[in-house]
Amino acid sequence: MFYRESGQFKSSYAADSAIFTIAQDRVFIAALLALSFVAIPGLASDYLLSGILIPFLILSLAALGLNILTGYAGQLSLGSAAFMAVGAFATYNFMVRLPGMPLLVALFLGGLCAALVGVAFGLPSLRIKGFYLAVATLAAQFFIEWVFTKFGWFSNNSSSGVISAPAMQIFGYPIDSPASKYLLTLSIVAFMALAAKNMARASIGRAWMAVRDMDVAAEVIGIPMLRTKLLAFAISSFYCGVAGALYAFVLLGTVDAQAFDLHRSFQILFMIIIGGVGSILGSFLGAAFIVLLPIGLNLIGQVFHGAISTQFLANLEMMLFGGLIIFFLIVEPHGLARLWQISKEKLRVWPFPH
Amino acid sequence: MKQTVIAASLVLATIAGSALAADQFIPIPSYRVGPYASGGAKFYGGMIDYLNYVNMKEGGVGGVKLTYEECETEYKNDRGVECYERLKAKNGGASAFNFMSTGITYAVMDRADKDKIPLMTMGFGRADAQDGRAFKYTFPLITSYWSQATAKIQFIGQRLGGMDKLRGKKIVNLYHGSAYGKETIAVLDAMAAKHGFELKHIEVPAPGTEQQSQWLDIRRERPDFVVLRSWGVMTPAALKSAQKVGYPREQIVSNWWGGSEEDAIAAGEAAKGYIAGSFALDGKQFPLIQDIEKVVYGAGKGNLSDKGYMGTVNYNRGVVSGILMVEAIRAAQKKYGAKTLTGDQIRWGMENINIDAKRQQALGVTDMFPQVRTSCQNHEGSGYTRFMQWDGKDWKPVSGWIKADTSVTLPLIKASVEKYVQEKGITLRDCNAEK
Repeated sequence: MFYRESGQFKSSYAADSAIFTIAQDRVFIAALLALSFVAIPGLASDYLLSGILIPFLILSLAALGLNILTGYAGQLSLGSAAFMAVGAFATYNFMVRLPGMPLLVALFLGGLCAALVGVAFGLPSLRIKGFYLAVATLAAQFFIEWVFTKFGWFSNNSSSGVISAPAMQIFGYPIDSPASKYLLTLSIVAFMALAAKNMARASIGRAWMAVRDMDVAAEVIGIPMLRTKLLAFAISSFYCGVAGALYAFVLLGTVDAQAFDLHRSFQILFMIIIGGVGSILGSFLGAAFIVLLPIGLNLIGQVFHGAISTQFLANLEMMLFGGLIIFFLIVEPHGLARLWQISKEKLRVWPFPH
Repeated sequence: MKQTVIAASLVLATIAGSALAADQFIPIPSYRVGPYASGGAKFYGGMIDYLNYVNMKEGGVGGVKLTYEECETEYKNDRGVECYERLKAKNGGASAFNFMSTGITYAVMDRADKDKIPLMTMGFGRADAQDGRAFKYTFPLITSYWSQATAKIQFIGQRLGGMDKLRGKKIVNLYHGSAYGKETIAVLDAMAAKHGFELKHIEVPAPGTEQQSQWLDIRRERPDFVVLRSWGVMTPAALKSAQKVGYPREQIVSNWWGGSEEDAIAAGEAAKGYIAGSFALDGKQFPLIQDIEKVVYGAGKGNLSDKGYMGTVNYNRGVVSGILMVEAIRAAQKKYGAKTLTGDQIRWGMENINIDAKRQQALGVTDMFPQVRTSCQNHEGSGYTRFMQWDGKDWKPVSGWIKADTSVTLPLIKASVEKYVQEKGITLRDCNAEK
């Protein structure tokens, strides 16, 4: 009833190829952007901004990166956290070794370094597929973590290997309050999500999907395998690299190789599996599920503070979290994004389904 | 439905009501799940038990009740930051945080500086934070990693019969391949230069379960002692590998992360004779621990799921952490009055902790931990470490409290602080100007 396209005519090619072809979607997105850009930074508490929203946005970006590679191009990867680490350490070194380097340029260069490393570790994808490729990217995960711990140069020879991020500013405006950090993260994530959406709709995205669905057939119809696969690795790693740099600079304020371990890679993989493989929206929904649900459970648990043993409560949270993952995968194996799509289709004919 | 709403609002009203009284809020960022849960549950159990004990025994500190709230960090940096943000402004503001995690502490250091909330990093890093002029809100109380590393070498000297006997000896530093593991390399090098022993660093890749080749190396080198800088599963793995190559465990000295029951029991028979540093002795022989058992567990308010864990190393560390927190609040109350204090006032209290032998006796913790006296300049307050040997069932002290070799640590701290000050662009506090 509320969500119908009747009466909305597309009278130009531009209207036909718009991202959101239905007016209700456009209104919804505009309201969401207004809420997140204007209302939230003004009204939300420090806790909501730096404790919940910033980590959610940053991990969404990493999930988006992996979704490009795994969801669109069909190349399974277990090295996302390693590419995040490359982005973080590269950005740190650009900032520290080249004084006066603008933050955004350093972030971009950090992403480029991650992209280069991603291409190098993507080379095996030309020969191997599926689980075998996942194992090859696993090598990237262990190798890169080892390199950053082993060679002190990357951490500016700090005695502990943990280094604190230098102060940040953009065009002379300091990024130090939770609201400014949130806005910086949100702008970058929104821009890169838009870019990802457009890439997925453009020829490169179609080439990725063709490779994902059947690479031999894709090669037969003239899609260059080398270029397409390596581009997927490069762009995916770029996204992960920027996410890693934001994670280190904006969220933690320290750069530490152990923060980007195999657990992080799995966490990001779970995000896209639960959110929806091959969906931009799914990356955000999956990140929300994996990041926010444990925190939510912990907050609910605090209501029983004193009544139940905290030991039991902490373990109960883990059980509930695991149970919910299984529940959602059984109810909707294609992820939360598919659930959202189904509900939109239902809404379209509501309240008269027939 | 209506009833649920009423019930829920009643619960909320009681929560809000209890927060109105004059309380001192202590955040407990605990880890009870995840890889380090077994240690975390005991440590934070001990800390909470002590806070409850003070409430039940004395009705709080100076009449101000201590309240606390837990938040699960799972020993993860991002969850730790979330917990910090969640708890920092609750119930009248957080007194001080003790994360028991180097990673989380690093991640919240800048935030804590800005929010003026002290961070207790009891027993761990960063070591240069003992210079309170540069690190106003960070307190590596009792002993830092660097202090401990120098104590380890002095202990080895004692075992050999004098520091001059170290000359020409060979020591291997077997360290965890992580930021944590590498932290003492520079200090040990300085000690080697000072005492003229040969030092060889051997890395064990994280997490440290595979040590076959490293111990074959050690067997070839035949060092007089192995200094273990281990963490988690690395400790039992090291002891088992040492047994396999026949290296005597009596010549393996670890720091306190390798010195709890969990570390030794996991290695079974191989752990017998192994030595580890400690800043809080284990056991239930201390009057305070016995009194906690009587008062808190007698009333059924104990935090541990199994009372049998009382007196374990991690539990006692938690109690010591609680004592230092409460003593800081006491000191601050003397200056600012018995009311709810802000984080910055607690920081002043932490800079004026004075636990001498008399105070230890009054608390019932004589010799459980070294005497602590902090100041604006000295945020460590002690620097003493004691060494314990595992006899197969219990840790037994095999040394007195050994003081850190400040002639080695102070220059390193000075250099590190200078670098930090320059990187961050801050100016040092003038401790003489403050009282």
